[in-house]
Amino acid sequence: MLKKFKIITVMTFALIAASFSNSANAGVEGDTITLGSALSLTGKYATNGLHTQRGYDFAVDRINSTGGVMVGGKSYKLTVKYYDDESTPARGAQLAERLIQQDGVEFMLGPYSSGMTKAIAPVSEKFGVPMIEAEGASRSLFTQGYKYLFAVLSTTDLYLPGAVHFAADQKKSIGKPASDARVAMAFEGDPFSMDIRAGLVELISDYGMKLVIDDQLPADLSDMSTTLTKVKALKPDILIVSGHSKGAATAARQIDEMKINVPIIAMTHCEAAKVHEKFPNASTGFLCPTQWVPGIDKKDAMFGSAADWNKDFKAAHPSYSSVPYQSAQASAAVYVWKEAFEAANTFDQKAVRDAIAGVEMQTFYGDVKFGPDGNNIAKPMFLRQIGADGSYNLVSSFSDLAYPRNVKY
Amino acid sequence: MLDNLQLLFVWAPIINVQVILDGIFVGAVFALCAYGLALVWGVMNIKNLAQGDFVIMGGYLALVLHSWSLPLPVILIIVIAIMFVYGWGVYALIIRRIVDKDMFVSLLATFGLSLLMQQAMNLYFGPEVQTVDMKLPVIDAFDNMVTIPYSKIISLGLAGLITAAVVVFMKRSRTGQAIRATAQDARAARVLGIDTDRVYAFTFAFNSALCGAAGVLVSVIWVIQPFYGITYSVRTFAIVTAAGLGNLPGVISAAFGIGLFEKYTGMIVGTAYEVAAPVSILLIVLIIRQIQMRRNRQVVR
Repeated sequence: MLKKFKIITVMTFALIAASFSNSANAGVEGDTITLGSALSLTGKYATNGLHTQRGYDFAVDRINSTGGVMVGGKSYKLTVKYYDDESTPARGAQLAERLIQQDGVEFMLGPYSSGMTKAIAPVSEKFGVPMIEAEGASRSLFTQGYKYLFAVLSTTDLYLPGAVHFAADQKKSIGKPASDARVAMAFEGDPFSMDIRAGLVELISDYGMKLVIDDQLPADLSDMSTTLTKVKALKPDILIVSGHSKGAATAARQIDEMKINVPIIAMTHCEAAKVHEKFPNASTGFLCPTQWVPGIDKKDAMFGSAADWNKDFKAAHPSYSSVPYQSAQASAAVYVWKEAFEAANTFDQKAVRDAIAGVEMQTFYGDVKFGPDGNNIAKPMFLRQIGADGSYNLVSSFSDLAYPRNVKY
Repeated sequence: MLDNLQLLFVWAPIINVQVILDGIFVGAVFALCAYGLALVWGVMNIKNLAQGDFVIMGGYLALVLHSWSLPLPVILIIVIAIMFVYGWGVYALIIRRIVDKDMFVSLLATFGLSLLMQQAMNLYFGPEVQTVDMKLPVIDAFDNMVTIPYSKIISLGLAGLITAAVVVFMKRSRTGQAIRATAQDARAARVLGIDTDRVYAFTFAFNSALCGAAGVLVSVIWVIQPFYGITYSVRTFAIVTAAGLGNLPGVISAAFGIGLFEKYTGMIVGTAYEVAAPVSILLIVLIIRQIQMRRNRQVVR
């Protein structure tokens, strides 16, 4: 009796499993290629998650309306299956597994943020699903030996060294050694910010500069006045802050309120946090790293020049006063998928993976060429300084920099 | 860490003034919501995990009202009124059903309420960090080493005013007396003709209004985000645990103590540990109480 029951149970499970695997073949169906993505549509990364989704969707629409993806002489349409990862890594990993195992997705677009990518990459790697991501810049993503992870953006080690070089150049320009510069840093404890910090600490010690403040900020950051009090007392030559949009907003507000007068202030996510719109005075002179600027001289056949993409995207989403680079790189990732599918000329995951690794192209977003670790090694980072009128001005050397920050409290 | 101590006490002792002032401002805001929690906890034995989210909701209401360019006192009064009604509604819908249930039911229900409020605010206001910028001037002192924004001074004044009003209300008014009577012995209060259900509803709504007032001040002096509620919940729990229930002077002094402790921890050990500071106080208080109570414990229920 018991044995019979066992057999029935096993058969039932086998049936359920079979029905799942039958339904699970949505990777390429008919003339549609489904890309899967777990994105932060709610939770703390929701703003940037939305920027990313809009970038993906914009590129998908453009590619579909201009002939789609040609594989084996047949035109395929792209579509993206999204899940909301609620900005929590554990949920992201679950959803990646669900996309691959239950929904049968064979190709993936990345989530938003390094932390989420870190959670999802092991899953896609385990199932051999190639993933092109556009929003996870952490250097540590590309030291794990992942074979199926590719990123169109520059890694975190390239974000802020420029600002430290400027501090060194400033000392040299007044005839002092670079090692005279005193640096203050405040970074959130997440993988992205910690990676930026690691890169900078190395550079600072190479220069022999003194790191006078090195504070870690909590994740739910609503008050960093203690750090800024120290800044006031120690008067460093440069202040560097990173903590996503919320860090930038909190920092700008309290820099304003506490009248912080450091000659060089550099921080990530200025644009996303709209620091100039909220604190026009204090944010004047902030240095902001950016993956992409609409002014660069790059173009492609799909989107035209960088300025064309910027114009068309703004027309599609008039609510943006300036378009976040997160959207631009998301569009670029989808474009790389098209190139890779066409180069592979098959939907075999291994062959497509190799095709991505071999991609070498110019896009409106910049050149794309993946290094052996999967990160894009062909594109530089840019630093921009916020002007008094709210303009973002490209700064490529110390002579371009408005020094010191021109603020009157 | 040694550098930080040197900075505080040798190189630039003047920044102690800034740290102490910041601690006081923090404490004033905490005192408001901690007293509300102590009331709800003491009167109806509900541990309200959504306390911080009521604060953030008050902050968002202030943000909306500020965008209509109303002055701060008017904003404060309107938010207090709205939050009072909201608290009454929450009581009628949820809390009434769990008042005499065991502790875990109240924890679960208020935790659920907290999640619901967070996500609702996230949907409606978006996850960006927001702030109410009153465009008030900032006072410089000691050669620009200490800055005191007017917004913080006004907030401190308003917090003091509200606290004073609460004290008078609890001592003098009939409702205040009824609340205290119910807290002491709900059954006896019922026997003596106090409508305890109404007292509960009023207490919860009152707490909600206090949180709303705190939220207005938070949005004016710091920043708000739909998910920041939890830090306020943790702090208020730490304060109430340290001070004991229904002990207003205790709650206020504990609030200022924790505010100062938090700022000094941030200064000396690092900003990352600022949020951990109240939790460590909570632990220390619990351990000390545990040891103190040991002699009195006779039967395990």
